Amino acid sequence: MSSNPAAASGGPAGGDASEPNHTLRFGILWVVGTLIALPLAIWVIGPLIGPGSGSEQALGQSTDDTVLAALATPVLTLVVFYLIYASIFFRQERGGVLEGPAVRGHARVQTVWIVVTSLMVLAVAVFGTVRLEAGDGAGSGSGPNPLTVPKGPKLPIQVIAQQWMFTYRYPTYGGVETRELYLPDNENVEFHVTSLDVIHSFWAYKLGVKADANPGVDNIAFVKPTKLESFTVRCAELCGIWHGYMENAGKVVTPTEFTSWIHEQQTKYAPATKVLPKYSTTYLPEPQRRGE
Amino acid sequence: MSLFAKKVLGVSAALALLGVLLGLYVGAWATDAPPTITASNVSSTSPSSNGTHLTLMTVAAIGPKYSPTHPDWVSYLIKKNGKWIHSTIFTVPAHTVVHVTIYQYDGESGLRNPWLSQVQGTVGGTETVNGKTVNAINPEEASHTWVVPELGIFVPLPGVPEEAKNQCEYAPCEGAAHNTIEFSFYSGKKGRYHWQCFVPCAAGYLYGFGGPMQTLGYMDGFLNVV
Repeated sequence: MSSNPAAASGGPAGGDASEPNHTLRFGILWVVGTLIALPLAIWVIGPLIGPGSGSEQALGQSTDDTVLAALATPVLTLVVFYLIYASIFFRQERGGVLEGPAVRGHARVQTVWIVVTSLMVLAVAVFGTVRLEAGDGAGSGSGPNPLTVPKGPKLPIQVIAQQWMFTYRYPTYGGVETRELYLPDNENVEFHVTSLDVIHSFWAYKLGVKADANPGVDNIAFVKPTKLESFTVRCAELCGIWHGYMENAGKVVTPTEFTSWIHEQQTKYAPATKVLPKYSTTYLPEPQRRGE
Repeated sequence: MSLFAKKVLGVSAALALLGVLLGLYVGAWATDAPPTITASNVSSTSPSSNGTHLTLMTVAAIGPKYSPTHPDWVSYLIKKNGKWIHSTIFTVPAHTVVHVTIYQYDGESGLRNPWLSQVQGTVGGTETVNGKTVNAINPEEASHTWVVPELGIFVPLPGVPEEAKNQCEYAPCEGAAHNTIEFSFYSGKKGRYHWQCFVPCAAGYLYGFGGPMQTLGYMDGFLNVV
């Protein structure tokens, strides 16, 4: 058994007839290992990753995560198996202090390495871009002018962040502002995320929605809830001393329940609604007496 | 002892000293919190005022007597046994109606979000301002809000008009121009709930967001429900 991987694989240092064909042997190990690991990655680990199936966007993200996990599996098995293989079969004998010979001029290996890794990165980039835009932003904040917009009617909801609370304004229901976020099931929702003070981030993990809340910016994100469930909204941008407390409750309900709830809110918040400014995509209240 | 050994010893001693100083600083910072004050229990012949009472004061500047390091910071104080104490950590019993009186000595700032001008989560959904019961205030007249988000309590506090005479400079402010705000809330289940002011009221800081708005013990604190 040689301690020289270059020699063993028929590199420039020359071959050794007594050595097994490490390339073939390792290749078989890698393929077999990958064939075992791949189903595990797709059907066991995949479902554990990602936000789940609370919305079309969340489901899409979970699928994307599974695809990426599947793509990464052969790379992972290659690296891990090679580490193990090399540490067993190319181990330097005790007392040896010589370094292995440098591998130079192996154009085929270098070409394969560059081409394969470039193709993989390119494929992932194309996959990510296509999925992002085909999914109308895939639940992410897409700025004030999203490149793609879901077809059909959409319920606009403004997410207003401030230190340290989110409130939600429903412009199609008289501009009522609420503390809880209720969404009708199976309907497209158009979030307009903005902030009244510093930078926050609106994050409804179960729905697969995450969008920065910047003062003076209307950051639009789309979601279509598909499961009747409660969810938590959190701020995902460190925004001051009470950042950790900046969370509140949300719920996906049937369209009938939603109609009933929003009418309750209109009654409950009538005194506040009267004094709210006209609905706008952003608000930049003038600093008053305290401001500098 | 060789020169090398002396150097190693010197550097080690300096590092150890630095570590101790850093530890003391971090320890002092981590344990530096206002005292926890238990709400007063008042027995009265009037059922509406019987029970747990929180008596608070808001001031534009806490003053050197209560905060030598930040005398100009806006703050809350709590009354306990007839004395005003600089603290924002209060303890109230669970499942009890808590009566709150706030003597509001600070001026008007205005709300960034007028939605907060509506009273929420109090008994009856109202507060009384100088004896008058209201369910909302003019958002431009707000000075502070006393809000416990997790309990759904939102109480806007109107400010003292600019033209009012006898404005308070530093706490304690008794005798100066003020508004008296009263409300009651049901404390509910046990827990530690944070409360805060939603008016960016930190004078001298960019848009009023720094300093006392970001420091425990001034415009925010905890409500311990036990």
